[in-house]
Amino acid sequence: MSFEIPDDRRYLESHEWALEDDGTVRVGISDFAQDELGDVVFVELPDEGDALNQEEEFGVVESIKAVSDLYAPVSGEVTAVNADLFDAPELVNDDPFGDGWMLEIDADDASELEALLTAAEYEEQIA
Amino acid sequence: MPLQTPPLRGLHDERGAKFTEFGGWDMPVEFDSIRSEHAAVREAVGIFDVSHMGQIHVTGPDATELMQRLTTNDVARLAVGDSQYAAITDEDGVIIDDTVVYRLPDETAEGANDEAGGEPTYLFVPNAGTDESTHERWITYRNEWGLEATVDNRTDEYAMFAVQGPDAAELVDEATAESITELDRFEAQYATVDGVDCWIARTGYTGEDGFELIVPWSAAEHVWSLFDCQPCGLGARDTLRIEAGLLLAGQDFDRESDPRTPYEAGIGFTVALETEFVGRDALAELEREGVEEKLVGFQLIDRGVPRHGYDITNTDSRVIGTVTSGTMSPSLEQPIGLGYVPVEYAEPGTTLQVVVRGQSKKARVETTPFIDTV
Repeated sequence: MSFEIPDDRRYLESHEWALEDDGTVRVGISDFAQDELGDVVFVELPDEGDALNQEEEFGVVESIKAVSDLYAPVSGEVTAVNADLFDAPELVNDDPFGDGWMLEIDADDASELEALLTAAEYEEQIA
Repeated sequence: MPLQTPPLRGLHDERGAKFTEFGGWDMPVEFDSIRSEHAAVREAVGIFDVSHMGQIHVTGPDATELMQRLTTNDVARLAVGDSQYAAITDEDGVIIDDTVVYRLPDETAEGANDEAGGEPTYLFVPNAGTDESTHERWITYRNEWGLEATVDNRTDEYAMFAVQGPDAAELVDEATAESITELDRFEAQYATVDGVDCWIARTGYTGEDGFELIVPWSAAEHVWSLFDCQPCGLGARDTLRIEAGLLLAGQDFDRESDPRTPYEAGIGFTVALETEFVGRDALAELEREGVEEKLVGFQLIDRGVPRHGYDITNTDSRVIGTVTSGTMSPSLEQPIGLGYVPVEYAEPGTTLQVVVRGQSKKARVETTPFIDTV
């Protein structure tokens, strides 16, 4: 089975992706992760304004069969959460890199992203 | 210990199934998605490979007495082709396992069916991974009681499939040479599927109409491939049985970690106190005195998903019980679960709380099954 791994973003070993645009980092989970979880039924996210540290647990994604913690790819302040996921958590399955995004962080230091996996490195990890 | 593999492991793998360890077996947990597999069974039909279930064969002049004394239900009520749900209890009335006992056609010592004069013969289905200890239990008691019966563990000789859903009868009937649509719930018969002799029972674990087929291991792949319907894994099996309020051994009762009696577990209907069986006296006393705790169904009112092991509290946040099973119900689109609580909290409509990752979520006791069942 092959999974989508867009190379415009970075990845955590714990399967979150991070897409930076002008200091704002959008976060979600990978296609591989949503497939492993199966039907996502519940997402718990932080509030806007919460401060996160890199690799800090920021929430939880639950499928019918499993619970998985979510980790922040960068330090910074949460500026947006995807409220659509509360009523339609299946967006995480349907479009993990697009409409299934989870939150946006105003990064304290966007260069933190450089420590994360590239698409090629992530592909190797899940192979 | 290496995992046991069902006869269809390779076929499932080719079909793209994900696997999980269950009771020492490497079983498919999901073929497509739990949600779509679940929906197929509720709305049409799906097929499960449940070859991890044990099969123990008991025959001989004292087979009925042996079965009677080791299971809680009244085996003497079974005519050939009947089956019943039962518990296997210890001397304290604690559930060791739950099972379905089928009465097969009488067999001769040679094993051939002999309508002219065989001995009473039973097949029962212990849960995954318990077949060896159950077989041993039967042998031990048979010897202790001096009963004449042959007890065979045939778990490795049979695959088992469950074809479940409102369209199951039509599909199974098409596959069998003999008509099986006349079978009532918990009735069974031998029927041939493309020349393969199968034991076919109108039983299941989903709350829907359906059939379970016990199939010779060597013909398993052939028989499976004749059923053109949604393959379903253990994931959907779990969501379906929770909605139907059915127990999972090792989770909703566990002799070691959460010992429960049939009365606590809500399966008092399997206990025939007028019969003689191991655990009968303890259960008779419990029946007179009443239980202190009971398994209830509940729905979470707040957002969240209840899971096995989560605390249940009263509205004062005092821990009063534990969630034994829980899921997001695909049919109801609500988080539901099962758990033991003191009887004073067991009334439907009672408000409880379930502690989900440190947060108290409001829950309400519901009647089970959660859905309409057959």
